[in-house]
Amino acid sequence: MPEKKKLLEVKNLKQYFGSGKSTVKAVDDVTFDIYEGETFGLVGESGSGKTTTGRSIIRLYDPTDGQIIFDGKDVSQLKSKAEKLEFNRQMQMIFQDPYASLNPRMTVEDIIAEGIDIHGLAKDKEERGKMVRDLLETVGLNRDHASRYPHEFSGGQRQRIGIARALAVQPKFIIADEPISALDVSIQAQVVNLMKELQEKRGLTYLFVAHDLSMVKFISDRIGVMHYGKLLEVGTSDDVYDKPLHNYTKSLISAIPIPDPEIERHRKRIDYDAAIEEPDDGKERELREITPGHFVRCAEDEVEMYKQRAAEYEK
Amino acid sequence: MAERILDVKNLKVDFHTYAGEVKAIRDVSFHLNKGETLAIVGESGSGKSVTTKSIIGLLANNAEVVGGEINFHGEDILKKSEKEMQSLRGKEISMIFQDPMTSLDPTMKIGQQIAEPLIKHKNMSKKEAWDKALEMLKAVGITNPEKRINDYPHQFSGGMRQRIVIAIALVCDPEILIADEPTTALDVTVQAEILDLMKDMQERVETSIIFITHDLGVVAGMADCVAVMYAGEIVEYGTVDEIFYNPQHPYTWGLLNSMPTLASDKLESIPGTPPDLLDPPKGDPFAARNAYAMKIDAEKKPPFFKVSDTHYAATWLLHPDAPKVTPPEEIVRRQKKYAEMMAAKNN
Repeated sequence: MPEKKKLLEVKNLKQYFGSGKSTVKAVDDVTFDIYEGETFGLVGESGSGKTTTGRSIIRLYDPTDGQIIFDGKDVSQLKSKAEKLEFNRQMQMIFQDPYASLNPRMTVEDIIAEGIDIHGLAKDKEERGKMVRDLLETVGLNRDHASRYPHEFSGGQRQRIGIARALAVQPKFIIADEPISALDVSIQAQVVNLMKELQEKRGLTYLFVAHDLSMVKFISDRIGVMHYGKLLEVGTSDDVYDKPLHNYTKSLISAIPIPDPEIERHRKRIDYDAAIEEPDDGKERELREITPGHFVRCAEDEVEMYKQRAAEYEK
Repeated sequence: MAERILDVKNLKVDFHTYAGEVKAIRDVSFHLNKGETLAIVGESGSGKSVTTKSIIGLLANNAEVVGGEINFHGEDILKKSEKEMQSLRGKEISMIFQDPMTSLDPTMKIGQQIAEPLIKHKNMSKKEAWDKALEMLKAVGITNPEKRINDYPHQFSGGMRQRIVIAIALVCDPEILIADEPTTALDVTVQAEILDLMKDMQERVETSIIFITHDLGVVAGMADCVAVMYAGEIVEYGTVDEIFYNPQHPYTWGLLNSMPTLASDKLESIPGTPPDLLDPPKGDPFAARNAYAMKIDAEKKPPFFKVSDTHYAATWLLHPDAPKVTPPEEIVRRQKKYAEMMAAKNN
């Protein structure tokens, strides 16, 4: 396997909210890398910290502790305005709610071109208009839609506008926070396919945050499973789904309903006791590699147990 | 022969809007057998919620039933007065909604909320109702019920709130429970628990369930029968096995095909968007998005073609003169599995 370039490195990221007694550890000591050109899926239940992780990476929040290194640069060390602007251009975000994330009083052209204006990417008004119309076409909308307002579009179309807006500044990296959960099944597939197609054409890298596990498996190359602010397991999407190692991942995957009545009739759910997740035994827990590329958060003396578990799958 | 407890015939519902008449339900017929779970699936705007709201008499003010009947115990619900509906609702037919927070009263103890229908419908004293509420809380799996019965909704998590909503809905042993996307707002693990609870409670109170969802995975696990709705109509109707393993309508194909199964790495989408029901298309409403559409689809609405005694689909593809088409790969795989299952059954 050729050495892949790390586009994003998240090191011991901590994001706490509140202070003193009422501190909420939304993200607690999370470490992972995202390679150029891949899709990294972050899954977990509500309150697991997956959205916060995404928002901390793009610096919508100031991390409490830890490092975020994007394209070789520590993003917290970006001092000059030009550097910050460039960071903002290279990293973009697509939001969950296509109704709330588009300004209802702006035309589609102005929404999409906002980034183009800020970064001065268009020479004149004519070029700006052409860029917007090209983008609309890229995301599967009509070129004439530029003069319309968001309310004239359906949820799926709005999400396409959100994608066009993110693409407008030619980013390298896009954080997609539950981009399809507000959409209908048949429309979800359209948006996911569009995102995949754009990735291939433009060499984009995605962080895909979602709770719909089957969709995450479909779009992601690698997946991280979060629970209670901690990253519990990381691996290729096949490894995580077919050979889950952590008890929480096992439980999570066993709960996914499969659109096949025969499988459903014989499905056995695995219960998970969250209370024993991080026993207070003074052992140091971190992500440890069990099989190549497949990590589990555990203590040193648990590695053997997980290795055996992984070996069970190979039988 | 299973006992039919609900029979919906040719239901038509219009919404009066500034833009004109939205034909939300256009001639929908189905029935519900005792003790069974019927799942209604479809995209938003396909009319699944409107259908059930007509049954329970909770349509919005600008909606009007313009045709059809809904027979419950031989009586047409649509002819009942609001007062008669009130004595039906919560007693014989009850409903649970998607968002458990908005369906609970934030200012009332949950015990009172569970006891309320008993006092109203069953003439129980406060004490009796309170005892029954406690029993119900236990049944839906709330730990420490003696203490929690005095708590308010905000003191519970989403999953627990949905359990309480289920307790309220089932406390009068209704004959029909309508569940409108009851687990959509919940996490998968909590969803699995709530679905298990619903199955368990269904056995206990012997209720029939109409389950509305857009999640085909949930349907596969819950339903006995499935109605697939599109643009205000039912386009296919059958047992859960028939719909999942031997689907006939191209829209059902599309739905099954656009779900990522954990094994597949291909995802087919249905192109386009559903039609505008202000001005519904003349022919098959799915024609514009249908790769298998024929000329007749644009001109004439297909009737229901019978596939088996329990299985009907409204597509011209089932007409004897229609050309044979090969459905998408995923559907062929499912049909193969069906053939194997049927063969195993007959042996």
